[in-house]
Amino acid sequence: MNKHFISAFVTGLIFGLGLLVSGMANPDKVLSFLDIAGAWDPSLAFVMGGAIAVGAVAFTLIKGRTHSLWGEPLRLPGKKDLDSRLIMGSLGFGIGWGLAGFCPGPALVAFGTGAPKAIVFVIAMVAGMAIYEVIEKSRAKPVN
Amino acid sequence: MTIDMSSFTPWASLSGGVLIGIAAAMFILLNGRIAGISGILGGLLNPQKGDILWRTLFVAGMVLAPAAWLIAAPLPEMQIDAGYPLLIIAGLVVGISTRYGSGCTSGHGVCGISRLSPRSIVATLAFMFTGFVTVYVARHLVGI
Repeated sequence: MNKHFISAFVTGLIFGLGLLVSGMANPDKVLSFLDIAGAWDPSLAFVMGGAIAVGAVAFTLIKGRTHSLWGEPLRLPGKKDLDSRLIMGSLGFGIGWGLAGFCPGPALVAFGTGAPKAIVFVIAMVAGMAIYEVIEKSRAKPVN
Repeated sequence: MTIDMSSFTPWASLSGGVLIGIAAAMFILLNGRIAGISGILGGLLNPQKGDILWRTLFVAGMVLAPAAWLIAAPLPEMQIDAGYPLLIIAGLVVGISTRYGSGCTSGHGVCGISRLSPRSIVATLAFMFTGFVTVYVARHLVGI
């Protein structure tokens, strides 16, 4: 099997384990972080800090390169403009995140525990992503 | 503002964050891609040739993280307070809006900030803002 497929699986696994260790897979903890007016749990700021510190090293290393260490073309987002899709989408995401305490990564990990509530959330999230695809496709086609 | 010291887990959260950072670093250094969960998962709903297997494997790695964890230790606490109707609404909102906003906590919050992408910094500020506001409104004004 191609090594890129193995690294995709291993990356997903490490990412998932990191979410479990950090506490981010627990919606109650996420909501305590977002509740700055209540009994605030600042832990998740440490998750972001730790992840960004390591990530920043990697993204500095690949600066100026066109290919990964394994010779794959680097696929970095090329968009630069702060369009309304980015801003409205991100504002909307924060609302959904604050409602249940789940963002996509932790939701997938929680799904893997078999918790019925996490399974329902993931099904709804994938349905939401499918709705996006349908809307985008209907936009791409001119209506006669 | 009061800090909930009994729930505060700086070391676990920092270590989990470092693991997440390692995953993000591996994916850009080896596969040349951004480890953004909403993009990886959402891309499966508009499949491109040669694009399906690595996405599926990444998602499988995340979903299997709890099973891998269980080999060594019992799963950490996971508390989902939201009821089913709220989980469905939150899931739909997260699904649609992360696709419109081109990313979530991982793609924008971890990878994007690690590479100092202006779009990701704006996106992260936007979803953090509405995340805080949503929890404030839900917990302190509406009282969910």
